[in-house]
Amino acid sequence: MAEVSEMSEPTAGALEREAERDDNRTRWLLSLPAMIIIVLAAAGPLLVMVVYSFLTPGDYGNVKWEFSTQAWVNTILQRDIFDDTLMWADAHLSIFWRSLSLSLITTVMAFAFGLPTAWFIATQPPGKREFWLFLVTVPFWSNLLVRTIAIQELIRAEGVINNLLLLLGIIDEPLQMMFTNFAIAFGMTYVYLPLMVLPIYAAVDKLDFRLVEAAHDLYASRWRTFWRVILPLIKPGIIAGSILVFIPSLGAYVTPRVLGGGKNLMFGNLIELQFGQGRNWPLGAALSLMLMAAVMVSLIWYVRVTSRERSDV
Amino acid sequence: MESHSETAVEARRISKIFPGETEVRALDDVSVSIHRNEFFTLLGPSGCGKTTLLRVIAGFEPPTMGALFLAGKDISRLPPNQRPVNTVFQNYALFPHMSVANNIAFGLEMLGKPKNEVRKTVDDMLRLVRMEALSARRTSEISGGQQQRVALARALAPHPEVLLLDEPLSALDLKLRKEMQIELKRLQNETGITFIFVTHDQEEALTMSDRVAVMNTGKILQIGSPQEIYQRPAERFVANFIGESNFLDATLSGHTARLKAGGAYEVDPPKGVSDGTVSVLVRPEHASVRAGEPKANEIAATVETVVYSGEATTLHLRLGTDEVLKARLPNNPGGEALPEKGAAAAVSIAPGAVTVLKD
Repeated sequence: MAEVSEMSEPTAGALEREAERDDNRTRWLLSLPAMIIIVLAAAGPLLVMVVYSFLTPGDYGNVKWEFSTQAWVNTILQRDIFDDTLMWADAHLSIFWRSLSLSLITTVMAFAFGLPTAWFIATQPPGKREFWLFLVTVPFWSNLLVRTIAIQELIRAEGVINNLLLLLGIIDEPLQMMFTNFAIAFGMTYVYLPLMVLPIYAAVDKLDFRLVEAAHDLYASRWRTFWRVILPLIKPGIIAGSILVFIPSLGAYVTPRVLGGGKNLMFGNLIELQFGQGRNWPLGAALSLMLMAAVMVSLIWYVRVTSRERSDV
Repeated sequence: MESHSETAVEARRISKIFPGETEVRALDDVSVSIHRNEFFTLLGPSGCGKTTLLRVIAGFEPPTMGALFLAGKDISRLPPNQRPVNTVFQNYALFPHMSVANNIAFGLEMLGKPKNEVRKTVDDMLRLVRMEALSARRTSEISGGQQQRVALARALAPHPEVLLLDEPLSALDLKLRKEMQIELKRLQNETGITFIFVTHDQEEALTMSDRVAVMNTGKILQIGSPQEIYQRPAERFVANFIGESNFLDATLSGHTARLKAGGAYEVDPPKGVSDGTVSVLVRPEHASVRAGEPKANEIAATVETVVYSGEATTLHLRLGTDEVLKARLPNNPGGEALPEKGAAAAVSIAPGAVTVLKD
């Protein structure tokens, strides 16, 4: 009798422990939807890419299920068609280099335009900031292709800029701006500028302007206040903005395609070429994974820089 | 009175108007001169213009009208970084991305002092505010009281001609605040720097200052030593803001004030007050009370409330004129029993304790 009652009336502490154990047992269920999405949308396709990059290209696209490391070799090396020697894949490397340098230029230009813009918005009276932020996000409302073609209208030989310069007599012949690296960097800066403005805005918005006053009070000129106090404090926003601009620039496809023409390929176009005309899916997959690795490296750098920021200095 | 030959800061007829839908006159024709090596306090309720005056002196707000002189030179148009004036901000405004030592070094570095001199001054300052042990810490890793010390050291390090302190103690708890009051006084003595201190705490102002300026609605109402401000307030606002006060109606003729409630007192009326009906101030601790009927020059009253507060008891007394007089009586051991609630009482006021107000 006594035993029965003991079992049917466990102590409050035991009950709690049991509830906790139940909790732990079922908790993972809550993360199931997220898990499914990650597996289906990220890990799965990534695995397909890795597998494809080790297969042999099919004759009309697609792949043959024969193991091969040729695609990976071909990302950086190429076999001469006449004497069969291996040499650097100049075309790939120059495209990779162009992607990297154009992305860096885009990031720097987006920063040069983005910082003053973000600063201007963050220093507006509170009621007016929403309006300016709204204006910054307006371009997102229209299609990327439409916006890129609009830039084409601006910079082509008979475009707005050239016509204006001719009319003013500043130039005698239209400037060649279309199908140049300049056109790509210009277009990408325009497209990705909001991604730089928003994080810097958030950082400037959080900036305690009394610190700026304190620096002025302690004999710092405007310039030195900017370098010694403002810049270090908004650095996380600048780094976040740079990452947000740099990564999509590196993989940009539409902008270089429309503004760069056939000669100025970027990495995204090279990958597309392998899946299309090139009929070399394994190479396309290998190049995609290379691009991902480059992005990963820059993200790891970002995480390290920001976490070091928090722990010392 | 000490005589001060040198003037550190002089504000000459300064007005500050903030434009907007409703124009705000934060400073209204303020003139004041602050002596060298003085601990000068701007005291007033929030919105009285004391912080605005401090910001005008620091250079953060240009005055709309008037001029500001530092050691005889007009500095009204100089930016803050060219004024030999440093500020201790209300919330300290320490640079969160720098260590304690780097915060203190900042002003010296901006002045272009050589490295070894910067290091030596920083060490001196750390010792002065007793923060040597924490020099490498980040400012987010130290307590509020310690941040306060770092803010002081940072502002003192460039050895400014004037140190401005904007309610620097308001964020500290009572005990720490008392300690820092003494600490500030010590620092001012040791450094010999002119301190201009802003506060809304009258007790703080009385404890620490050489002179106090009481402000309200953008104007300076009275400037004087703590004793003058407390004992001889010129206006009802000043009397009311500092300490506890009784205001009674009286008739003034020459140097005699005759209270409506009874009794005649010798007074020294301020300039600009003419004979006739006036308002007078009696501090609660200057009235004494005994049970019973009034004799000559005593005032008849009824006890309304008795408030015991440890070291003293405060009686609220209704006078014949229906005025209420608060009397604060020390609780001396073995003292006379005080009249109880509802009892008749006789009030006498110490000679010289009646002050005529300008109103």
